[in-house]
Amino acid sequence: MDFDKKLVVSSSPHMRSDETVTVIMRDVIIAMIPILAASIFYFGLRALLMVGISVVSCMAFEWAIRRLMKKSNTIGDLSAVVTGMLIGFNLPVSAPLWMPVVGGFIAIVVTKQLFGGLGRNFMNPALVARVFLMTWAVQMTSFTKPLVWMQKAFSDNVDAVSSATTLSFLKEGTMPEASVLDLFLGNTAGALGETCSILILIGGAYLLFRKVITWHIPVAYIGTVAVLALAFPRTSSPVDAVLYEVLSGGLLLGAIFMATDYATSPLTSRGKLFYGVGCGLLTVFIRYFGSYAEGVSYSILIMNTLAWTFDKIGRPKRYGKGEKLNG
Amino acid sequence: MVYTFKGGVHPHDSKENTAQKAIEKLESTDTYIYPLSQHIGAPCEPTVKVGDEVKIGQKIGDSDAFVSAPIFSSVSGKVMAVEMRPVTNGGEGMCIVIENDGKDEYAETVKPYPKSPEELTGEDLAQIARDAGIVGLGGATFPAHVKIRSAIGKVDTLIVNASECEPYITSDHRVMVEYTRDVLNGIKLVAATLKIKRVFIGIEENKPDAAKALSDAVGNNSKIKVRVLKTKYPQGGEKQLIKVLTGKELPGGKLPADVGCIVFNVETCRAIWNAYYTGMPVIQRIVTVSGSNVKVPKNLAVRVGTPIEKLFEACGGFIKTPYKIVIGGPMMGTAQNSLQVPVTKGVSSVLALDENDDRPDPVNSCIRCGRCVRACPMRLLPSIIGMHALHGNVAECEKQNIMDCIECGCCAYSCPANIPLVHIFRTTKQKIKDGVKK
Repeated sequence: MDFDKKLVVSSSPHMRSDETVTVIMRDVIIAMIPILAASIFYFGLRALLMVGISVVSCMAFEWAIRRLMKKSNTIGDLSAVVTGMLIGFNLPVSAPLWMPVVGGFIAIVVTKQLFGGLGRNFMNPALVARVFLMTWAVQMTSFTKPLVWMQKAFSDNVDAVSSATTLSFLKEGTMPEASVLDLFLGNTAGALGETCSILILIGGAYLLFRKVITWHIPVAYIGTVAVLALAFPRTSSPVDAVLYEVLSGGLLLGAIFMATDYATSPLTSRGKLFYGVGCGLLTVFIRYFGSYAEGVSYSILIMNTLAWTFDKIGRPKRYGKGEKLNG
Repeated sequence: MVYTFKGGVHPHDSKENTAQKAIEKLESTDTYIYPLSQHIGAPCEPTVKVGDEVKIGQKIGDSDAFVSAPIFSSVSGKVMAVEMRPVTNGGEGMCIVIENDGKDEYAETVKPYPKSPEELTGEDLAQIARDAGIVGLGGATFPAHVKIRSAIGKVDTLIVNASECEPYITSDHRVMVEYTRDVLNGIKLVAATLKIKRVFIGIEENKPDAAKALSDAVGNNSKIKVRVLKTKYPQGGEKQLIKVLTGKELPGGKLPADVGCIVFNVETCRAIWNAYYTGMPVIQRIVTVSGSNVKVPKNLAVRVGTPIEKLFEACGGFIKTPYKIVIGGPMMGTAQNSLQVPVTKGVSSVLALDENDDRPDPVNSCIRCGRCVRACPMRLLPSIIGMHALHGNVAECEKQNIMDCIECGCCAYSCPANIPLVHIFRTTKQKIKDGVKK
């Protein structure tokens, strides 16, 4: 029996599921593609250019820094593509084209690879990039009205830049320009990937269906914001307040695609619930009392640092603890 | 209603290869090898010496230790050697080698137990189990007489493990379909002698014919219930089965008797009945020969001591050079480095696997996806314990209850980063055990 010597002997299990890191990341990308399509529809081809530059620069930085550090090439795991898309989603369509490049550097090199690569970063790379890019606050907060690119085709005399986002109206205590339906469909000013609520929700449903994420963080996060909006409404109708708070300011994108980032959120179900509630509390706090209208990015980043603490608190009860035993 | 537990995974079970194939008897061969350690506990000492003539059912190894079980010859013939040979744990062990004379003569000790079932006590049952060398035939190989003794007067629930949750394996399935009566007789014998109040037969829903055969045989019985369980691995884990059927969680380090239960596999029940009714010790067992690399997968009735090479030969050999040979299931079985390893009491299947079953990709770092946490049926945090283990922080692993790990493999199976979590836990647990001894 010659092949005896070729037999592989290793520890059990001798079977593995088909789910690899690449498969997971591919699912996240699939979930984000409709959102990208919506952003192109509302903001024109420049949206695609913005996200494209972001993805390409993230992959390039990932490849280059790994090579520089003499580590294995990991662009095949597609995590850099996910980060790139998310950075693009966080930019306004009018942002200068160097911004996604700088964002990619901050996300991939500084936040991710210098801390050891995928799974070892303690803050969400795309959000760190966004917050860093807030250095150029004017460019980051000049939001173009939706569908302007279409109107421009017919007339040169179009007012392109929106005066304010839904959240800034709420902050002023006035009714937002956009209707709730607009917010659902994405027909509103905002960062590229944050406006089309319905497609973000569908993407989230896909991720749940594929078991890429669990319900705990999005439900706890969005639920907390909704409850607080209902209790302390910023519009005359509490129901409107709930819808406006939930559907604007990138909350859905943040709660479904960013707060659920594996490396920077808790592992345990209970930990995830605490974490989601924490994100919700902070978001509402910043929105209501901060000088800046939005709070999603900062809330998630702050809670990122507590992910491990929540895992300690959320550790499940030991199996069999408290069971009544004979004799 | 379908019963289930929290956690676990859903590997493709591949049972369709052999589920409907009737058990075939494997032709006898020339040489049989009997490792002296085929069970949990003290290894046996040989009770025969080189040159002795032996008969079928004759005791050839035994031990004075309480936790041990004697070993019997499955053929008539001559003892050729007592020497080190490759055994199922991957190394070598002391074995008795017997040459088959082909006469198939039975030892005089093989005779029915002299008492009627009504007169039988728990002590008698333990004696029968010991005299027949019965161990947990599902693969755990814990001596049955020890289990019975520990249960006398302490248990009111008998759980029959008919779930067979490991992929590929269908040996218990076939036993239930083809030997329904013997299994049920064994169950009734255990129930009567141990004064059991209720019996649960837990069977996964992927074996409807076996469930029906057992239900029909049980008939209208207020005491014995056939419970259909969701097909999910590790449904047949002892702790999971107890939880599913009784709602009780058996804490780490405790015996089922501590929560009023005794658990036997269906094949063990059949062995108990055979031992009582015919006096035949454990010298034969049903083995599923399967895997993606076997030409004609089969369920074989195999004499203990047969080299596994003979089993594969009876199944038409390999499709291509096998990547791995595994004894037991693909989730918890042991990879082999030799085809000369003999079938022992606890071998329910031999598998020939190829690369596609495994996924020999490089190990990546943990991405904290939490799949292992969701899959762990013992509510551990495999990724975090694994990280502490890799950093050599054994004390923290212990604090996080690593000793509760049942090594079912769900975490490593579901890990997208290919981290060999079970392997890490095994070595760390061993460190802890060694530390305790010092």
